[in-house]
Amino acid sequence: MAAPRIIVVGGGLAGLAAVIKIAEAGGTVDLFSIVPVKRSHSVCAQGGINAAKNLKGEGDTTAQHFDDTIYGGDFLANQTPVKAMCEAAPAIIDLLDRMGVPFNRTPEGLLDFRRFGGTLYNRTAFAGATTGQQLLYALDEQVRRHESDGKVKKYEGWEFLSAVLDSNGVARGITALDLRSMELRSFPAGAVILATGGNGALFGKSTNSVVCTGSAQSAIFQQGAFYANGEFIQVHPTCIPGEDKLRLMSESARGEGGRVWVPRTVGDQRPIKQIPEAERFYFLEEWFPKYGNLVPRDVATRAIHKVVYELGLGLDGQPMVYLDLTHIDRATLNRKLEGILEIYEKFVGDDPRDVPMKIFPGVHYTMGGLWVDFNQMTNIPGIFAAGECEYQYHGANRLGANSLVSCIFGGFKSGPNALNYASNLPAAQGDGGHAAELARQAEINSKLLKNEGTENPFKLWRELGETMTKHATVIRYNKGLQQADEKIVELLGRYRNVNLADRSQWANTSFAFARQLKNMLELSRTVVQGAILRDESRGAHYKPDFPDRNDEKFLKTTKASFTGEASGPRFEYEEVDTQYIKPRLRSYDATK
Amino acid sequence: MANKSVAFEIKRQANPDAPAVWESFELEWRPSMNVVSAMMEIAANPVTADGRPTTPITYDCNCMEEICGSCAMRINGKARMACSALIDNLEQPIRIEPLSKFPLVRDLQVDRSVLFENLMAVKAWVPVDGTYDLGSGPRVFPQQQEANYPLSNCISCCCCMDVCPQFNEDTGFVGAATIAQVKLFNNHPTGKVFKEDRLRALAGDGGIQECGFAQNCVDTCPKQIPLTNAISDISRDVIIQKAKDFLRG
Repeated sequence: MAAPRIIVVGGGLAGLAAVIKIAEAGGTVDLFSIVPVKRSHSVCAQGGINAAKNLKGEGDTTAQHFDDTIYGGDFLANQTPVKAMCEAAPAIIDLLDRMGVPFNRTPEGLLDFRRFGGTLYNRTAFAGATTGQQLLYALDEQVRRHESDGKVKKYEGWEFLSAVLDSNGVARGITALDLRSMELRSFPAGAVILATGGNGALFGKSTNSVVCTGSAQSAIFQQGAFYANGEFIQVHPTCIPGEDKLRLMSESARGEGGRVWVPRTVGDQRPIKQIPEAERFYFLEEWFPKYGNLVPRDVATRAIHKVVYELGLGLDGQPMVYLDLTHIDRATLNRKLEGILEIYEKFVGDDPRDVPMKIFPGVHYTMGGLWVDFNQMTNIPGIFAAGECEYQYHGANRLGANSLVSCIFGGFKSGPNALNYASNLPAAQGDGGHAAELARQAEINSKLLKNEGTENPFKLWRELGETMTKHATVIRYNKGLQQADEKIVELLGRYRNVNLADRSQWANTSFAFARQLKNMLELSRTVVQGAILRDESRGAHYKPDFPDRNDEKFLKTTKASFTGEASGPRFEYEEVDTQYIKPRLRSYDATK
Repeated sequence: MANKSVAFEIKRQANPDAPAVWESFELEWRPSMNVVSAMMEIAANPVTADGRPTTPITYDCNCMEEICGSCAMRINGKARMACSALIDNLEQPIRIEPLSKFPLVRDLQVDRSVLFENLMAVKAWVPVDGTYDLGSGPRVFPQQQEANYPLSNCISCCCCMDVCPQFNEDTGFVGAATIAQVKLFNNHPTGKVFKEDRLRALAGDGGIQECGFAQNCVDTCPKQIPLTNAISDISRDVIIQKAKDFLRG
């Protein structure tokens, strides 16, 4: 029997990692990506990748990495997969090193490591401040090698629309849209791996790339997949506010010694350098003496919010604080952080080697995602998920530099598991549901294209982003969340009245966007309603009306399923696997 | 304060066979506005400067941080990334056209897959034995890392190819980006196992000898990659390889 064909959707780190494992095991892969895979959002990761290699004589261990990750995630992550990830991480770094990733080096020629948030160890390997780019390229190159051997066929410029399910609800392939010719096609496969990244676009502006809409996750959620812990959204403490997006200013800036502060006096008019140390409020260092500027992201973000909105100490009354690197010598900064300093220089115009950067928190990452079992398979047989689009490695808050390792680990796991699953899959009856799914998608397309409405999809999206950012990010109140849900319902209603300014059948970006928008609206309700139901504070999910963690009621995974009803998704809860580390109070005021 | 406005002229072409037309747009100025945010604004309100409804503009764009390499286009005649093209630094009306040397798809979107084909032709990868655990990689000193890292920063935007007078159908020249990647992988302790193959791939028609040393590539590269250095180093290596191959008969 010929090796089964596997479909991988998404060409970021997780998708490419899966492709490599499948090709290596003798399988063949059809790889779908909206953009050429080398342009996937993983390219934006900056600071580094975690692995307890203990090359700094600190006594770091994978057990310590495991504990930091679980504690950092406020005990919401299932411990078995996280433990496995932390144990696999050192070998993943070695592999990336062998693939030619230009990691920074020590004078002896060994891998250099730096500190990141939520740990006291130097555990983060890095390639300047463009680690994601370098990792993505290394995997892209390996995939190109398998492509030249005929084991991988790329469908770049194709967008996943839906899974093809047979009469037993088993995945038999996908439907996809060619974004140039607008051709709709279905593709058969023994198993499908979704590695479709984050959903920052639900919030309008975020640190995410344009393709990070969550559309694919939402599509299969609407086909019956569970969506887990959707309410856990990471807001990164240090971003550069912008017109088109919020640009990330990596945690590595603080890992290399960057300090966050504001003048103690509101409206201090002195030139920055003339403000003496005693009159600078290094609030993270004062409030969290042990971890200082390297508290986890949810903690740093809330602290910045407090300084700006409660204490009124934002720079010039604006929602901004300083991230200061000016005390570090230029050569060190260039060697370790040049990539991000260039971003600040190019987009703001100031040189952060001379002037402290002005930053503010921005939506960055979703801890929640498609529910998967410990083999990375969703509850739809034959559909696997890996990377940011699934939920299982970060609990209620992700630690910096754990995303790259979770993407690669999840990809490495899902690839062989999908191949194994597909090898044992009985043949489909009839056409496995392909004709019916194609007809369903063709109907959606034709209706959308002909719709005679008045609503511009891009404007609807802005309204979605505004309400999501206002009500469902750093500070959450049930009343506001309720308003957000009502707003989404309103937008879903107005969506029925959508009008495409462009009705052509060639490279029609409005059409593709309008399809994504529908999925974004549906997925937003899992975030908002999941947050309403979770009356506690845990990790990135913070409700002032319920300021404490409530393990008794909420040490549970949220699982949302689609109902198609006006009231929105249905929710159920699942016990969390806490068999290795007993949940304890999470506090970064002192050593944990 | 009166609202400032910003004027754009954008070259539109509905498909590869359609005629090209220019459309003007007038947008409200906003702080830190760039060419991509302007394009997003047009999508939300697709109306030309003279009040005529039109279609949102088709263009490639993803990260908006000048790292994914998607949004290369010609802005006021210069090939560059649209996301980092800040409006305040541009002369108006801002004229935007697609890259000129690649097959047009629609409006500002072109097909740059030739670069990825070239990277395949020169085996731009490190041939690892497998992805299982084989221990740590080769030792690399910081000096080596610092030499290779800039080459590894290439974002495949293809600006260097668009501005190269030799990059055209007549020569079939691979362009600077691919040559820089050959240098990167030939420098790598394991990658260099394919060194001879890569040099031979650059030895024939369309190879490195097509370079006319116009140096536009290095002036244009948004990542300041030392492209002309790479070209001269690889040129030398190709000549040596040719001589070796000749002597070997």
